[in-house]
Amino acid sequence: MSPASNNAEAKTFGLFRRKRDEAPLDTRVFDLLCLTAAVVLVLHAIHLPPWLDAALMAVLALRWWQRRRKPGRAPAYLKLPLVVMLAATVIFHYGNIFGREPGSALAVGLLVLKLLETETARDAKVAVAFACFTLMAALLSDQGMVATFVVALGLLPAVASLRALQPARLPTSLPRELLPALGLLAAALPLSLLAFVLVPRLESPLWGAPPSGQARTGLSDGMSPGDFVDLLTDDRPALRASFDQGVPAPEQRYFRAYVMWHYDGRRWNSVPSGRAPVPVEAIDSIGYRIALEPTSQRVLPALDVPLEAPPNATLGSDHDITSSKPVQDPLTYELRSAVRYRLQPELDDFARRRALQLPEGFNPRALALAAQWKQAYGTRDAAIVAAALSLFHDGGFSYTLAPAPLGRDAVDDFLFGTHEGFCEHYASAFTVLMRAAGVPARVVTGYQGGYWNKLGQYLLVRQSDAHAWSEVWLDGRGWVRIDPTAAVRPERVSLGAAAAAAAAGQSEWQGAAWLRDLRNRWDVVNHWWSEGVIGFDALRQRGLLTPFGVRNTDTMTLSVLLAASSVAFALLGLAWALWRRRDEDPLRAALRTLERKLALAGVARRSSEGPQHYLQRAARALPGQRAQLDQLMRSYLDLRYAHQTPPPDPLRRFRRAVREFRPRHVVK
Amino acid sequence: MGVADTYRRFQQWAERRLPALTRYRRPESLPVELHRRRIYIVPSGLGAAFGVLLMIMLAGALNYANNAALLLTCMLAAACTASMLVAFRALDGLRLTAIQAGHATAGEALTLQLHVDAGVRARQAIRMEMDGRMQAFAVRAHQQLPVEIALQTDRRGWQQLPRIQLWTSWPLGLFRAWSWLYPDMSVLVWPRPEAEGPPPRSPTDDPTHQRLHHGDDLAALRDYRAGDSQRRIAWKASARHEGLLVKDFEQPRPRLEWRLDWRDLKHLDSESRISRLARWLGEAEARGVPSSLWLPGEEIGHGAGPAHYARCMNALAKLP
Repeated sequence: MSPASNNAEAKTFGLFRRKRDEAPLDTRVFDLLCLTAAVVLVLHAIHLPPWLDAALMAVLALRWWQRRRKPGRAPAYLKLPLVVMLAATVIFHYGNIFGREPGSALAVGLLVLKLLETETARDAKVAVAFACFTLMAALLSDQGMVATFVVALGLLPAVASLRALQPARLPTSLPRELLPALGLLAAALPLSLLAFVLVPRLESPLWGAPPSGQARTGLSDGMSPGDFVDLLTDDRPALRASFDQGVPAPEQRYFRAYVMWHYDGRRWNSVPSGRAPVPVEAIDSIGYRIALEPTSQRVLPALDVPLEAPPNATLGSDHDITSSKPVQDPLTYELRSAVRYRLQPELDDFARRRALQLPEGFNPRALALAAQWKQAYGTRDAAIVAAALSLFHDGGFSYTLAPAPLGRDAVDDFLFGTHEGFCEHYASAFTVLMRAAGVPARVVTGYQGGYWNKLGQYLLVRQSDAHAWSEVWLDGRGWVRIDPTAAVRPERVSLGAAAAAAAAGQSEWQGAAWLRDLRNRWDVVNHWWSEGVIGFDALRQRGLLTPFGVRNTDTMTLSVLLAASSVAFALLGLAWALWRRRDEDPLRAALRTLERKLALAGVARRSSEGPQHYLQRAARALPGQRAQLDQLMRSYLDLRYAHQTPPPDPLRRFRRAVREFRPRHVVK
Repeated sequence: MGVADTYRRFQQWAERRLPALTRYRRPESLPVELHRRRIYIVPSGLGAAFGVLLMIMLAGALNYANNAALLLTCMLAAACTASMLVAFRALDGLRLTAIQAGHATAGEALTLQLHVDAGVRARQAIRMEMDGRMQAFAVRAHQQLPVEIALQTDRRGWQQLPRIQLWTSWPLGLFRAWSWLYPDMSVLVWPRPEAEGPPPRSPTDDPTHQRLHHGDDLAALRDYRAGDSQRRIAWKASARHEGLLVKDFEQPRPRLEWRLDWRDLKHLDSESRISRLARWLGEAEARGVPSSLWLPGEEIGHGAGPAHYARCMNALAKLP
């Protein structure tokens, strides 16, 4: 082991040194840098267009291969066009260069291009710092648990690169380079958790969060039959609901999002009336909390009929909830909803007109059928509803996620032609029939069902639980929920869309049942993550600190707390740093123990005394233990002076003898 | 260059004027162990840049109310802070146990071997810096390592070792921990030989510079020739012979020996005398000619070989 040949003459002047880090980078450092860039690229890959992923990966691989053969910067005539091309493709693809998506695409591209010119330690440091920033940017688009863990692991090669930049290291293998970085991050975990809990959160953003250009699949404020196909095969979580007491029965798990009044023959649209919320007589209500995944929409789904809106949201006239701004990040809100109720017991003329609106010149056969019913049942609206449901139940209708396309008169085609479809088809056709028969009706979309996770005590609702149903207004009962899909396929309501499709012989699209079950159970971890980490806001901060007697959680208090606890951690760290392992001779330690025991008994060693004299004096002072002390003295002298290093066995015996030695107090 | 010089001059001035600022400035005896009261840490340039980056990341995470990003930022920040303690531990407990100095003539670099004892833990990326020269080293736990570093010399005589800085930016380069060592040790620098000059007076020119070696072995007896020394007449043999016989000793070739003498160079000033003697000593050593040296206050008898050469050069170096 010889000093590394780093005899570079450094021009030093104290702290301010102009280092000449012009020595070419070690292969190991460059390998680690490439690994870092590759991890960053992989983390961003999902959000970037695939061709950009492929191109950047190819550039990275080429650069790595080129530098292995012969170190050297990529020439400027290669670099500059690449940078221009990158900027151009980003602008071409996203339309602009600012915002989360184009910004992170640009950052990832620049990081890879930075490696083209990375040849010195300075370049490497810049690249590592930039890589850390880009890693964080990956979390702006996905802050799930897995993503966060992978990003944290992505810090390992970055930290290891910095470490590998240091001169004169003991040689190790590439995988072992990552271990100390892991240790450092693990050691940093307690402090980082503390800081995470105590960092004061901003009341309002410092600069406007740019609108996410990303189109998320999810419910929208319009619906036409067939819209939901993508949604029903999308098994990402939509929301998680936990209830104050007990979980509602499956047939009660209707989460309303949009209430749609207006029908133009093709689409149902939700047009806000701008009126005050209609009165509701709640007979039974339930409190619960919903953790909503980002939707880019402003609607906040709620169970049945919410009684009031959460903060920063308003209650619409139909008890639908609209947030003040689109939900771009996971959002948690608490609500109380009526589950047995009378919604809008009195229907005014305006509302009645809206609830009976039908476009002219569509679906003549359906209108004729409805007129027939109206003639048969008169004003007994409930009977009309029952007639329609029995039509769906007995009329040869089937539930399928791949129905045949419908023509201009969509409801006619469905009712009298194809006879197949899913919730949207049934809700739409049912509502049209009701309106035509003079029963006020509207379409409601939202989610229905969900998986009850016992471990996490919450209801997991996936996008595939999206559902559409109808509400009809019955005299004396107000708006009543009617789910025509349930008439065709009751499993849809009790077990979910997947089960309904499975029963219809279309089971393969969501994988095997056991896999689905496993994923539903595993979701509890995501739930905890989004509750504990993603949803940890100022309110939670207060809730966490109140038991410790911190009532007031303003920025000042939190800063003081953060500073105080950081100091506590710093002291802990200092204790660790200052702690020195005693590189001590066990024999001397044993003798010291013996001295301590004898000193307690009244025979303290004088500074002028050697071990022999001291132990002889102790033997005289403790005549009852003379033999024992003589023996101890002899073995000490033997161990100390007869050998170069004390032999292990006698040493062990000596230490045990010292341990077992109990001096009796000197009788004076 | 100008900035560096100015800074160095400022530093020297500051140390003269403000000794309290630079503790441990008095030379200390070996072994020197680094401990918390003499290890200093400041963030490096990269550390400061990283701090700014962390602030930006923090602002971004808070602004977007993105807790995962906030957690990541906190983690990176805590890891950076922890690296400061690691930097401290890289130096803490390191011991400088011994220094071995080589030989060098003034103007050349003198190689020093500083023996470093790692103590209980391994040390990596430690840099030793002395007088603008730097050497990085790594040493495993419980091991000793001689670190070689060159010391520039300028004039002969005792030269106090300059202050030595041990520093490291281990593990991440974000913090720079350093400690000053000022071992109480001087090295002897030999005088620089003059570039060229006359050779020492050859023994044939001056009998005082050459001791004639009459061989001791009797080679033969021969007839007396006029002029033979009476002392060489073999009286006993001559008694049994007709004429006088003379003992003819083997006459070896006179062995070359240089008697180098301070007093012979009266026409020069003392530094020139020293450098001339140094050159002669060097030539004698190179040719393997035995030499002796007379200096005011010290006389070194005949001898040859590196030890003799070193002794003579040391004596020259120590001259006032």
